[in-house]
Amino acid sequence: MANFFIILLLLLGFLITFQIAKASEYVAVLKGEKKAFEQQNKVNGFLMIMFLVFGLIGVYWCNELLKGKILGVAASQHGQAIDKMLYITLAITGVVFFLTQIILFWFAYKYQYSEKRKAFYFPHDNRLEVVWTVIPAIALTVLVGFGLIYWFRITGDAPADALQVEVTGKQFGWIFRYPGNDGVFGKKYFKNIDDGANNSLGLIWEDPATHDDIVVNQEMYVVVNRPVKLIINSRDVIHDVGLPHFRMKMDAVPGTPTTLWFTPLYTTEEMKKMNNNPEFEYEISCDQMCGSGHYTMKGIVNVVSPEEFILWKAKQQSNYSQVFPAQGAPAAKDSTKPASVSTSQTKDEVAKASLNH
Amino acid sequence: MSNDVSLHGHSEVAASHNAHHEEHGVHHHKEAFITKYVFSQDHKMICKQFIITGMIWAILGGLMSVLFRLQLGYPDTSFPILEDIFGKWAQGGKIKPEFYYALVTMHGTVLVFFVLTGGLSGTFANFLIPLQVGARDMASPFLNMLSYWFFFMASVVILSSLFVQTGPASGGWTVYPPLSALGDASQGSKAGIDLWITGMALFVVSSLLGGLNYITTILNMRTKGMSMTRLPLTIWAILFTAILGVLSFPVLLSGLILLLFDRHAGTSFYLSDIFISSTQKALPNEGGSAILFQHLFWFLGHPEVYIIILPAMGLVSEVLSVNSRKPVFGYMAMVGSLFAITILAFLVWAHHMFITGLNPFLGSVFVLLTLLIAVPSAIKVFNWLTTLWKGNIRFTPAMLFAIGFVSLFISGGLTGIFLGNSTLDIALHDTYFVVAHFHIVMGVSAFFGMFAGVYHWFPKMYGRYLNNTMGYIHFWVTLIGAYLIFWPMHYEGLAGMPRRYMDYSGWVSFRQFGDLNRFISTVAMVVFAVQLMFVFNFFYSIFKGRRVTNQNPWGAATMEWTTPIRPGHGNWPGEIPEVHRWAYDYAKDGREFIPQTEPVSGNESKH
Ligand code: HEM
Ligand SMILES: [Cu+2]
Ligand SMILES: [Cu+2]
Repeated sequence: MANFFIILLLLLGFLITFQIAKASEYVAVLKGEKKAFEQQNKVNGFLMIMFLVFGLIGVYWCNELLKGKILGVAASQHGQAIDKMLYITLAITGVVFFLTQIILFWFAYKYQYSEKRKAFYFPHDNRLEVVWTVIPAIALTVLVGFGLIYWFRITGDAPADALQVEVTGKQFGWIFRYPGNDGVFGKKYFKNIDDGANNSLGLIWEDPATHDDIVVNQEMYVVVNRPVKLIINSRDVIHDVGLPHFRMKMDAVPGTPTTLWFTPLYTTEEMKKMNNNPEFEYEISCDQMCGSGHYTMKGIVNVVSPEEFILWKAKQQSNYSQVFPAQGAPAAKDSTKPASVSTSQTKDEVAKASLNH
Repeated sequence: MSNDVSLHGHSEVAASHNAHHEEHGVHHHKEAFITKYVFSQDHKMICKQFIITGMIWAILGGLMSVLFRLQLGYPDTSFPILEDIFGKWAQGGKIKPEFYYALVTMHGTVLVFFVLTGGLSGTFANFLIPLQVGARDMASPFLNMLSYWFFFMASVVILSSLFVQTGPASGGWTVYPPLSALGDASQGSKAGIDLWITGMALFVVSSLLGGLNYITTILNMRTKGMSMTRLPLTIWAILFTAILGVLSFPVLLSGLILLLFDRHAGTSFYLSDIFISSTQKALPNEGGSAILFQHLFWFLGHPEVYIIILPAMGLVSEVLSVNSRKPVFGYMAMVGSLFAITILAFLVWAHHMFITGLNPFLGSVFVLLTLLIAVPSAIKVFNWLTTLWKGNIRFTPAMLFAIGFVSLFISGGLTGIFLGNSTLDIALHDTYFVVAHFHIVMGVSAFFGMFAGVYHWFPKMYGRYLNNTMGYIHFWVTLIGAYLIFWPMHYEGLAGMPRRYMDYSGWVSFRQFGDLNRFISTVAMVVFAVQLMFVFNFFYSIFKGRRVTNQNPWGAATMEWTTPIRPGHGNWPGEIPEVHRWAYDYAKDGREFIPQTEPVSGNESKH
C-alpha cells in the first residue's frame, strides 16, 4: 500500500511539473520569446552564483561533519608518510579547486547575457597558454617527486629484523602462517591442500621446516614498533589485504606471492583509548572483489607488546602437531632438525617473492 | 575534396524547408518503413537508433543502481516488493549477495560500454560528422548500419544474460580472472560470463566498424575548403576517440578470448595454483598469470575512459563557444591537448594496478606518465574558463550542462591526481574514493556532455525543441544531486571503506557511515526520477515539442545549421556549401557570428 502511494505521489508530482513546464512554454509565446529568454537567463545566472555560494558552504559543512570519521591518526610509519603526502596533495589541489570553481561560476554569473554587452573576440593568447601549461607541470613535478620518494621507501625491502607472516586469502577468509622457531616457512604445494585433514595451506610434511609452522585463521598477531613483513598469497581468486588504519594494501594473487611491510605504532589497546572506542579493532578488509562473500571477508590484526606476543606464540600448537598428535612435537622443541633443507627453501621462497619486484 | 554526388534524387529535402509540411506528404519516392527506420543507412537515422537504444540502456543501468543503493542505504530492511519482482534473487525481500554483485557488474558494464561508449559516440559521431564536415553521409553507410546492428545484437546478448538461471556476470565490470574464469568460484561465472564475453565481442565489432567509418569520413570526405584546422572541436574529439577505440578494443577482445580458452579449453593463461573451496578441489592449471589479464584489460580500460570523455569534451567546447557568443579559446591548444591525451592514454594503464605486486620501478614510470596526462586536462579546463570570460552568455539548457560539465570535470580530475600518485593509491585503491573519482570525472561528466549535446542538437535531429523548463529542472537537480551523492564518498574512501561491499554493518571501521549511505541512496533515487523526466521530455518533444522555425536557432557558425530544418537523406538539397573559415568566428568585427560557409571579405580583421 505504501508503495502504491509513493508511486501515486511521484506521478502526481511529475504531472504538476509537466503542466508547469508546458504552461511556461505558452507564457513565453505570449510574452514574446525575447522577454521570456531574458527572464530565464537572469534566473539561471542568479542560480549559478547561488550554487557557488551554497556549494562552498556545503563543502565546508560536509568537511566538518565527516572529517572526524576518517579513521584518525595513521597507525604505521608508512601510513603517516602517506597521510602527510595526502595533506600536501590536498593543499595543492584544494587551491586549484577553489580558484577554478569560483572563476567558473563567477564568470557564468558576471558575463550572463545583457542586451548592452558585446562578447569579446579573444581566440587565443600564446603567453597565457604557456603559463597554464607550465604551472600545472611544475606543481605535478613536485607531487611526483614527493610521491616517489615515499613510494620507493614503502615498497623497498623490509628491514632484516622484520617479523615475517604469511597471509593467504581464500573464499572467504584469511589464513596466517608463522614460520615457528626456525624462522623458516616450510614448503607447500597447492595440490596438497586438504581442509578436511587440517592442511589448509597444502604444507609438505616431508619438509621438516613445516613442522613448527604455526597456522591460524582470521586473527594475526604482530608486535608494536617492530616491522612486520607480510608475504601474501591466495588460494583461489584474487583478494586484497586491506589495512585501512595502517593505510596499507596489497593484492593476494594466486600463483604469484606479493609482499608488503610496515611498522605498527600503536597497540590495539592504545588505539581503543586513542579513538575512545572500546570496540576498536585493526580490521583487515578484503579490497578486491572475490565473490559473493567479499563483503564478509574480514580479518583482524592484533597489535600487541613484545611480551604479549611471546606469550601468545608460546600457546600456539604447530599445524603439524595438530595433524600428527602422536609425534606430538610441540613447536618450541623443533629447533634440532637439520637446517640445510630449510635454508634452500628460504632461498626459493625469497626468489619467488622477489619476482614481483 | 568535395563529394557532391547526391545519394538519391531528393527533391523532398528542398520541400522540407517549409516546416508546416508533414514529412510524409512530400516524399516523391516513398522509402519502405524497413529501410527508413530499421535497416536505415542514413547517418541521421542511425544516430537516432543509437540514442534511443542508449537511453533504454541508461534507464536499465540506472534502475540497477537504484536497487543496489536501496541495499546499501537500508541493509537491514526488507522490501517484499523486491521478492514479487525478482523472485529467488530477493528472497524475503532482501537482495541476495549474488544478485547484488550481478547488479553492480551489469550497472558498470551497461553504463560504461553501452551508454557512454556505444550510445554517446554512436549518437554524436553519426549525427555530427557528416553534417559538420559537409558530407552527404558516412564513407560507408552500409558498415555504419552494420555497426548499429552489431551494437543491437550485443545488447540483446547482454540483456539475455540477465535472465539465465545462474544469473549474469557478477565479478565487477572489470571481470578479473580467476574469479571470472571459474564457475565454481562464483555463480555469475557460469553461463553469465560466457554471454558477457559474447556480448562484448559483438560490441567490439560494432565499435570497430563505427570507428573506422568515422575516421575515414573525417579524413576523406570533408567538403571543399574544410581543412583539418577548420574542423569544429567536436569532430576533432570524435576523431581521436575513434582512433583510441580502434587501437585498444582489439586488445580487450584478445584478452577476453584467452579468458574464454581458460574457461572452456583447459588452457592456463590466467590460472595457476588454485584450490576451490566450494568443491574442495585443486585445479590442474599451473604457470598462468592472473595479472596478465589486468594488463590486457586496462590497456583498453584506460583509453576507454577517454573514449567516453573526449566526445563529451568536444560537445562541451562547441556548446560553450556558441552560447558564450565568442570563439572557443585556444583552438590549437585544444586540438593539441586532445592529441596529447590520446597518446598518453595508451601509456598509463598500469595506474590501475599499482598494488597488484607490480614492480615498484615500473610503477614509478606509470606515476610519471599518469600525472603527465593531467597537464593537457588542465589546459582544457583553463581554456574553457577563458571561453566564458567576457562572453555574453545565454543559459540554454545545453549551456547549463556544459558549465556543469566543466565543474564536475575539475572536481573529478583533481582527485585523479591523488590516485595517480602511487603512494596515495596504496591507501585509496579500491575504496569509495575511486568510486567518487570516476563517477564524477567520467560518469556524471560524460552524461553532462551528452545532455549538453542532446539539448543543443535536438532541434536539428527532430525539428522541434525540448521543453526548456523541464530542461532547467533536469539540470539543477542533477548537478546538485550529483555532488550530494559523490562528494561525501571521498570521505568514505579516505576512511578506507572498500568498494563492492553490499553491507558494512559487520565492520567496526565502516558502519559509522550508515547514515551517510542512507542519505546518498535517497538522493540517488531523486536524481534517477529526474532522469526519467528527461526521458519523458525527450519522447514527448519528438512528437509534441515546439517546432523549430529558424534554420539556425542558436546562431551557430558550423555547417549543420546550413541544412534545411529537417534535412533529408543527403543533408543538403543542392550542392554542399564550400567552407571559407574556421568554425568559431563569433563576435568578430562586431558581428554576432559568421557562418563557416561565408567567404572572407577583404576588410575583415585577422586573428
Ligand atoms: C587528471 C587525470 C586523471 C588521473 C591522474 C587519473 C588517475 C586515476 C587512477 C590512478 C585510477 C586508479 C585508482 C585505483 O583504482 O586505485 C583511476 C581510476 C579511474 N579513473 Fe581516473 N584519472 C584521471 C582522469 C580520469 C578521467 C578523465 C576519467 C574518465 C573520463 C577517469 C576514469 C577513471 C575510472 C573509470 C577509474 C576506475 C576504474 C575502476 O577501477 O573501476 N579518470 N584514475
Ligand atoms: Cu574480497
Ligand atoms: Cu586510468
